[in-house]
Amino acid sequence: MSINHTSVPGAGGARDPNNMRAALGKNAMGLAVWATLLLMVLFGWLRYDNFLGAYNIFSFFQYNAIFAAISLGMCFVIVTGGIDLSVGGAAALASVLAAMASPYGVMPGIIVGVGAGMCVGVLNAYCVVQMRIAPFIATLATALASTGTALLISNNQSVGVSYETLFIEFGQGDWFGMPIPAVLVGVLFVGGWLVLSRLPLGRRILAVGGGEDASRLMGVRTDRIIFGVYIFSGVMAGLAGAILAAQFGAGQPTEGTGWELFAIAAVVVGGTLLTGGEGSVVATLGGVLLLGLLFNMLNFENGKGWISLSAYWQSVIRGGFLLVFIVVQAKIAQGREAAKHL
Amino acid sequence: MSMIEMTGICKAYGGVPALSDVRLSLEPGRAMALIGQNGAGKSTLIRILTGATGRDSGQVVMDGQDVDFASPYEALESGISTIYQEINLIPQRTVAENIFLGREPTRLGMIAYKTMNARAAQALAEFGVDIDVSRPLGDFNAATRQMVAIARAVQLESKVVIFDESSSSLDRREVEFLFSAMRKLKAKGVAIIFVSHKLDKLYAVCDDVTIMRDGRTVGEHVLSELSKKQLVEIMLGKTFDAFTRSARTEAPRETAARLRAKDMQTNSGLASVNLHVAAGEILGLAGLLGSGRTETAHALFGADKLTHGSIEIQQKPVAFDRPADAIVAGIGLCSEDRKVDGIVPDMSVAENLTLALLPSLTHWGIVDTKRRDEIADVFIEKLNIKVASRTQKISQLSGGNQQKVLLARWLAMNLSILIVDEPTRGIDVGAKAEILSVIKDLAAEGLGVLLISSEMEEVVAVADRVTVLWDGQTIADLSGPQITEDNILSTIASGDAILDHAEGAA
Repeated sequence: MSINHTSVPGAGGARDPNNMRAALGKNAMGLAVWATLLLMVLFGWLRYDNFLGAYNIFSFFQYNAIFAAISLGMCFVIVTGGIDLSVGGAAALASVLAAMASPYGVMPGIIVGVGAGMCVGVLNAYCVVQMRIAPFIATLATALASTGTALLISNNQSVGVSYETLFIEFGQGDWFGMPIPAVLVGVLFVGGWLVLSRLPLGRRILAVGGGEDASRLMGVRTDRIIFGVYIFSGVMAGLAGAILAAQFGAGQPTEGTGWELFAIAAVVVGGTLLTGGEGSVVATLGGVLLLGLLFNMLNFENGKGWISLSAYWQSVIRGGFLLVFIVVQAKIAQGREAAKHL
Repeated sequence: MSMIEMTGICKAYGGVPALSDVRLSLEPGRAMALIGQNGAGKSTLIRILTGATGRDSGQVVMDGQDVDFASPYEALESGISTIYQEINLIPQRTVAENIFLGREPTRLGMIAYKTMNARAAQALAEFGVDIDVSRPLGDFNAATRQMVAIARAVQLESKVVIFDESSSSLDRREVEFLFSAMRKLKAKGVAIIFVSHKLDKLYAVCDDVTIMRDGRTVGEHVLSELSKKQLVEIMLGKTFDAFTRSARTEAPRETAARLRAKDMQTNSGLASVNLHVAAGEILGLAGLLGSGRTETAHALFGADKLTHGSIEIQQKPVAFDRPADAIVAGIGLCSEDRKVDGIVPDMSVAENLTLALLPSLTHWGIVDTKRRDEIADVFIEKLNIKVASRTQKISQLSGGNQQKVLLARWLAMNLSILIVDEPTRGIDVGAKAEILSVIKDLAAEGLGVLLISSEMEEVVAVADRVTVLWDGQTIADLSGPQITEDNILSTIASGDAILDHAEGAA
């Protein structure tokens, strides 16, 4: 054959042993997340009473639906090689506005919250695409602006939601025993997975992250794609804000600080590269569950009364865990590279 | 009727005209060679045709209709696809995904991966490429990626396909596949634009030629009516005899080897390389791709460790642990990939030129800019580097002038030996001759030069002696009248026999 001098000797079919090893390495990245999750659940079940009790499971999914929502949006932005630091601020603003709209009904509350997030997303998209401002800077600015707006509107107070309407049901109720926010976000994850892994649109999103110029020259309308992912991220932040207000019975202008870092961490733990071009919705879900579970277990550990970990210590432990996990993951990735060059 | 008719195209960048009153006309089923020196405006013209850049004025008519593509997407939708010189694909995505990006076959709205992979494999098979299309593109080498880009263009069923230097990373066999693909496209009535610096290749496949010079169209001909020489004359606007071997008037002043390598072996593939370079001498290093030319350069420069053998400078053995040691000993290496290893695109010409010299230009951490500029000016004049000023960004220079800046960077270091690896790659014909004459001048001033080039005619034109490598070993040392293309080629062709004979004797 004329062209067989690839960097991989014997770039043959799937049965090629090198090929299999590389494929295994790739799966190992995602596998590490799920294996760790499984071990943690096992550990928690053995160590803590009621860890797998109905109440803990319900509240775990109820609470983490908020973070799952912003992480899904963040995943799409990061896959295109961008970053969205405004999700926390957008969610805080959305929660305040959703609470204010809640007297008009459930849907108005949700729509206003999501709309608020979308406005922040549009602003981000405009700055990044039209004004050519670096995503880091643009979204940092809108993060500050939206947090400020939330504080202004609410006068630095939490804004109670209306109990006349069923708005809090949206945050606290259940469908067939599962928390409503978790069901909703679960459906969105399935949709997100479909788009990124199965639809032509997903190939374009990944292509933009892999090489923006190359994609444009291949006829991908890169500006639209980038515009789209920032709006999507804003919408998800808005949804998270609406859920927050409904779950806690109040719009929370001071919440949302550091959420963007949680979302970035969840996406990265899932194996998505910050440089863009690679990434997976499923792995992002794994990342969210992993970080959420860690938090949950630290609470149980405190409950046992052996030691009392302050919030500060919890932060240190979470950070340390994240670091160890990412280092291990990087080692696996290097092993994968090595397998490729055998 | 013409497929594409471009007339009166003008484009200026920041007041500097890149194109003025350019015309280009394409016929269906014919291939048009678009040639011109670097900076003649070919790339700009293509970017305008493909919607990647807007035009200031002029008209583009496609199939009798005025068109003005605002983006590559629109041009692609209208049936114009381009295979760029810098291969524009997505390394993280699979081969099949790259071929079908934007046109994925779907079932119920979802990508039909099986169909897509099968069709991708089939499209590549037409070009004799048999690879696993479900692997990331980044796993494959440049030639394969190039073929993937071509398969993509064919798959799009375009009316116009533009090949921008598409053959530069292909070997001879692959070029044949490329040409047969181009002929198939022509038979289907597709109009082709083929941009290449390799004139021989144009004659093999093109029907017409459009020649550009200084942002203007200076010739539109049927290719078979022009000789290669006429073509080059129109392109350069002057008569030209770059590649005739001129006898060196003076023999090297010094005959003792300044640099000598004995039986060099490395893990990078050198098995037994012997060579020596005297002051004022140009030693050509000839051999096939993979014979160990670049590896020899790296070994001499301390970038690869020797596992056996020795290097001597002026009869004294030396050992280089790293390139910095080699530089201190007076050896410089101008590497083959300018863009990756050489230039810092956003820095000025003067800064690039004095980059390696920086430590000696710095006093208490502050750069002596006055001396830096003096040195830059000296070399800009000496090497005839064409710049608007020494503060111009190097990325705005043509390939030939960038290469001269890199040469100057080493010369400013007061070296005794300079290794130049593929100094004329990607540089147009006129500038090539100039680079070669600069190298000759430097040798005349006493520099020992080791010249690596895959263009045999270059080696023949300037080298005083030629060392021929085969499979990581020195198999011949030619000098004087022995240096002819024929001789070198037949030495390489009999490489196996020479080695067998040597082993038999030993």
